[in-house]
Amino acid sequence: MAKNIAIPFKGTAEQEALLRQVIAEHKSDKGALMPILQKAQEIYGYLPVEVQKIIATEMDISMEKVYGVVTFYSQFSLYPKGEYTISVCLGTACYVKGSGDIFDKLSEVLGIKGGETTPDGKFTLVDCRCIGACGLAPVLTVNDDVYGRLTVKDVEDIIAKYKG
Amino acid sequence: MYRSHILVCGGTGCTSSGSQAIIDKFNYELAKNGLENEVQVVKTGCHGLCALGPIAIVYPEGTFYSMIKVDDVEEIVTEHLLKGRVVTRLVYDETVKDDKITSIADTDFYRKQKRIALRNCGVINPEDIEEYIGTRGYEALGKVLTEMTPDEVVDTILASGLRGRGGAGFPTGRKWQLAKDLVKDGGQKYVCCNADEGDPGAFMDRSVLEGDPHALIEAMAIAGYAIGASQGYVYVRAEYPIAVRRLEIAIEQAHEYGLLGKDIFGTGFDFDIGIRLGAGAFVCGEETALMTSIEGNRGEPRPRPPFPAVKGLFERPTVLNNVETYANIPQIILNGVEWFTSMGTEKSKGTKVFALGGKINNTGLVEVPMGTTLREIVEEIGGGIPNGKKFKAAQTGGPSGGCISAENLDVPIDYDNLLAIGSMMGSGGLIVMDEDNCMVDIAKFFLQFTVDESCGKCTPCRIGTRRLLELLDKVTKGQATLEDIDKIEALCYYIKDNSLCGLGQTAPNPVLSTLRYFRDEYIAHVVDKKCPAGVCKDLLSFTIDKDKCIGCGMCAKQCPAGAISKTDYIAPGKKLPALTIDTAKCVKCGACIEKCKFGAIEKK
Repeated sequence: MAKNIAIPFKGTAEQEALLRQVIAEHKSDKGALMPILQKAQEIYGYLPVEVQKIIATEMDISMEKVYGVVTFYSQFSLYPKGEYTISVCLGTACYVKGSGDIFDKLSEVLGIKGGETTPDGKFTLVDCRCIGACGLAPVLTVNDDVYGRLTVKDVEDIIAKYKG
Repeated sequence: MYRSHILVCGGTGCTSSGSQAIIDKFNYELAKNGLENEVQVVKTGCHGLCALGPIAIVYPEGTFYSMIKVDDVEEIVTEHLLKGRVVTRLVYDETVKDDKITSIADTDFYRKQKRIALRNCGVINPEDIEEYIGTRGYEALGKVLTEMTPDEVVDTILASGLRGRGGAGFPTGRKWQLAKDLVKDGGQKYVCCNADEGDPGAFMDRSVLEGDPHALIEAMAIAGYAIGASQGYVYVRAEYPIAVRRLEIAIEQAHEYGLLGKDIFGTGFDFDIGIRLGAGAFVCGEETALMTSIEGNRGEPRPRPPFPAVKGLFERPTVLNNVETYANIPQIILNGVEWFTSMGTEKSKGTKVFALGGKINNTGLVEVPMGTTLREIVEEIGGGIPNGKKFKAAQTGGPSGGCISAENLDVPIDYDNLLAIGSMMGSGGLIVMDEDNCMVDIAKFFLQFTVDESCGKCTPCRIGTRRLLELLDKVTKGQATLEDIDKIEALCYYIKDNSLCGLGQTAPNPVLSTLRYFRDEYIAHVVDKKCPAGVCKDLLSFTIDKDKCIGCGMCAKQCPAGAISKTDYIAPGKKLPALTIDTAKCVKCGACIEKCKFGAIEKK
């Protein structure tokens, strides 16, 4: 299973320079840790322990505090995501219109469970709470593309589009 | 001057269905026809009728085009804008009566609405401060700063009877008064805005941020003046990228115009606003958790007292209101208390925005006076249930709320009435369910949500909700006993009474309200081992009616489990032998039902 296996950290010097710059800019703001972690995730795509260590050292706070915050919020990821993140809305409006079945179908077709990434690193499957496009329910997003008014039959076509 | 304006919705719903490409195409077609100086395309916020997106309205006529595609744009430009002939086939059919185009305001969807919080959504370009100023924007802030004392502002909001639109309905004026008066040490105070709209199915706050962000900025500045704060924070979900972007633009423009920053209107009043993004934790919509999160910590709630009015953000007195609440403030200041209190019920004044979703024709955002009945919202404004199905329940208040059954459709909706019938206002998500939805499954769905989102700080919520979910799971699998139902009820009350914050205290509500109104469904799962709505897979069995089956074999081809085979029986008048399903092999996927054109397959 591709999920959460230890992947060697491949951060570049440019990424680290960018991170240190972000930390220097925000360090003195009140409650700066969250915005810094959000920027760090933008830079690296995820928040491996190496990145958390830099943040803890530079901000002069404990690693325990950084790790505590990272693991509390669902948008922070300790592991790299696939090239395409397929996110199925399991908010109420989508759920009553059958998004649970769409999620199950994706899981079946991709052969992964929620939160996992396919072995080829192509797709990550997650569920999300309401993105607010309830008028189009049920919806899913693939990175920034939104697909609405779906039925189970649409699933394979959508995946095929990105398999390329 | 432009002779026509095309308002295209740029809210999340319509953007998701491709409205940006439509805007680009309009601009291209207008330029191609040399109309770019005569017709202006305006990207607005949400019009509310998300079900019909993408939407474009052509003014001055007010022609309402719905569900348009990029390919339709050329026709609208060459026919309507060049030749003055409305493209009738693309017009929202509710606005066509006897071959004449009627105003959108007269349709069932809009007629009963009263738009205060949403008044600018879908009307102005939210990325242009001058359009906001053109609709009396920032006039209320000017009035407050130059003509009113902080006490007068607080008294006005108190007298208006405005209550928090985020859920619990605490009087807004009272919050402001406490934050103003309880601590008078001259130190920093804060004004916060809760835009962490986490209830699934609720998107009114996002709509205000996307459609009218300056209304929020103006209201927060008014609150700052009233309580003596010079710094505000908006805590907004990271899942709302369009809203965040528009708010950033609005704050920047307000700075340029001297409406935020130092010495606003030359009155010596300083106020600024910072944005903090959430990171996907539902509990951060709880006020103390939200502030803990802004401080850069795990977003865990803390015990109250001390209340935020005494010790809030960074341990300083803080006012925290939600977006929709703030959106009412400038209007109350401008139009007066009498105007505001003329709408609503005795204890709930003004209007409430609801996000209609689920099994309803007109999904979208509606704003109605408090006291409107659920029947009016569902049947008239919402246009009823699709496919002729029967209304079963409406869910309000998200994971903290409950289900309202058909017997309560005529109860006037306000804070107190909803509590009395076992639900709550919540932030205003209103999800309609029909006869195909299983209420036990819905209760389980919400419990799954709270189990995932419980922060884990207190035991009743962390472990209690998990045990409750396990019990519900037993019910949906037909393994529960009647004693389990009693256990479920007892556990619900225990969690309610003993949890630390609102999340745990309200988490059992979906279970309790479905038990109250749909107990027979629970009993059917437990005693008869049946799911009356046909949702809970473990309790379903698929059968073929041998007299309806013509033996075409389409179902057998679809079956992934090879569970369908031929029998020896040929029904009278049919040529081929009927098929049958081996229930031991059946995986209950339902593929066969979808394929059968003869309605011969039943699930029970």
